[in-house]
Amino acid sequence: MNPLTCRLRKALARAVGQRPLPVPIGAPMAQSAPRLAGRDLTLAYEKRTIAEGLTVDIPDHSFTVVVGPNACGKSTLLRALSRTLKPAAGTVLLDGRSIADLPAKQVARTLGLLPQSSVAPDGITVAELVSRGRYPHQSVLRQWSAEDERVVAEAMADTGVADLADRAVDELSGGQRQRVWIAMALAQQTPLLLLDEPTTYLDIAHQIEVLDLCARLHREQGRTLVAVLHDLNQAARYATHLVALRDGRLIAAGPPAEVVTADLVEEVFRLPCRVIPDPETGTPLVVPTANRRIKVGA
Amino acid sequence: MRTLRLAHFSLRYRPRALAVVVAALLLALAVAVLALGRGDFPIAPGEVLRTLFGGGSPAEDYIVNQLRLPRIATALLVGAALALAGALFQTLVRNPLGSPDILGFTQGAATGALLVVVAGGSSLALAGGAIGGGLATGAAIYALAWRGGVQGSRLVMVGIGTAAILTGLNGYLLTRTQLMDAARAVLWLTGSLDGRGWDDALPLLIALAVLAPAVLLGCGPALRALELGDDAASGLGVRPERVRMVLLAAAVLLASLAAAAAGPVNFVALTAPQLARRFTRVPGPNLAASMCTGGALLVTADFTAQHLFADHQAPVGVVTGVLGGGYLVWLLATQRRAGRL
Repeated sequence: MNPLTCRLRKALARAVGQRPLPVPIGAPMAQSAPRLAGRDLTLAYEKRTIAEGLTVDIPDHSFTVVVGPNACGKSTLLRALSRTLKPAAGTVLLDGRSIADLPAKQVARTLGLLPQSSVAPDGITVAELVSRGRYPHQSVLRQWSAEDERVVAEAMADTGVADLADRAVDELSGGQRQRVWIAMALAQQTPLLLLDEPTTYLDIAHQIEVLDLCARLHREQGRTLVAVLHDLNQAARYATHLVALRDGRLIAAGPPAEVVTADLVEEVFRLPCRVIPDPETGTPLVVPTANRRIKVGA
Repeated sequence: MRTLRLAHFSLRYRPRALAVVVAALLLALAVAVLALGRGDFPIAPGEVLRTLFGGGSPAEDYIVNQLRLPRIATALLVGAALALAGALFQTLVRNPLGSPDILGFTQGAATGALLVVVAGGSSLALAGGAIGGGLATGAAIYALAWRGGVQGSRLVMVGIGTAAILTGLNGYLLTRTQLMDAARAVLWLTGSLDGRGWDDALPLLIALAVLAPAVLLGCGPALRALELGDDAASGLGVRPERVRMVLLAAAVLLASLAAAAAGPVNFVALTAPQLARRFTRVPGPNLAASMCTGGALLVTADFTAQHLFADHQAPVGVVTGVLGGGYLVWLLATQRRAGRL
């Protein structure tokens, strides 16, 4: 569909108070382009280039997980998709338009971000931190609407931090704190949510807790989630769509059952392994082979 | 946290923060009225109030509105401007020590003013020199700290280095002045409100009238988002570098104008926001409470400086220096005990 029709559609949807209508079934490929995609991205910090010519689609309503070895550009890709990092070349498309050209607050109403490192101001309470997620919906004359109140309460209930509302964020456990930050991103009410290593620094029980929460947000609320994860088995278990990177190149993308094979794991991580069905879920489970010679970095 | 709603409009405030703002304002006004009445020609507070609203005798009108009011107004405005600048710097660099007198902006304003003194310029030129010096230093520090964006810690380091260089330069400039000029310069460098007229208060009044609402209402929410870190702020729809640059510019302008009006008064920018924060018990920038606390602090310090010694007046900077220094030591001691420093 051409941009004009697309915009008309959205205007119409807004006028009747709905999210933009889904693209009709059976439409040609070009029309079903995903809401978020990176095209020919060259990503670099100062002089160091992380990725070149990287093209990635984030399927709508998927739980996409980006995997790959350390320093493969996973987080960098996520930063570019969330507009935190400006690509040296190429474009990130959000609803068919370059994300760099869209007003910042408008982007923030469509796409939420849970960054790897955030700072909770000294002594801030949970409810207050979550409230700050309403920023893109507020203005000088509209500082705190009944809607803001409702959404913040809902976000805290969804993440199970409602009981902690009046506690100071700096006295919470790591797992609780991560759920509070997720609640803040949820309060932004965005159909797309990007999470940069949401499980890092958490013990395994808290990792699973956070991933279960993500899966629920995806399944029950129909949000599109994109997460960077280190653990391939967790990625295979929770993702509906996997993106595997190595050295800033896209090696494979698709459902975990198709992507996670022994050959691919060897190619991406340089790790000889067997892939067996997870006894709990049937999703691929990577088991490194014994007596192997370590070839990391080869 | 309370909310006022009217149709589509809503306003959010905290009762305690509002109480602090009101209390600080009342304290500032009470001290101002006392100060307006004290002097070689004492006037009772009731008379002062009546005179302020145009009901006094011609003599009282002259003494209160022409002689004493400009000084008090300058004190209130300088205090508010320094406190707002301090609150902005401290939030932007995430450091309670990040205030214009530590980051070199005040020293830059002093350099500008001293250059004018050496060149033999008028009082007006001296104010202009202070503003120019402050703004130039601000631009230089921002440029030196720039590396694909400006980070708080780098800004602090570059600022402290610049402050040291400028302090040295200021010492050198002092040696190049005539004795009379040097005495005037030293008085200015301590920070003094002596003999301030409406000419000194007016530029600051205009700047505050424009910048305070713009910063408080326009950038306050973005500043609170920026407190969460650049990435989180950018995720919320704030452009971190742009907001930082605008707010730094506003803070440097306020600090320079304050220095132009009263000299580099020490420690108000550092102390007022911290005090305000402890009064309101609210995390975050506390801009409005800081401004009011700053005004109250400086007008009180000036009143003390004027009347502490029976035989002579001390410059206000001496009092704020002593108060602020003591406060700083206390802050460091308690932060150390809390394991945060």
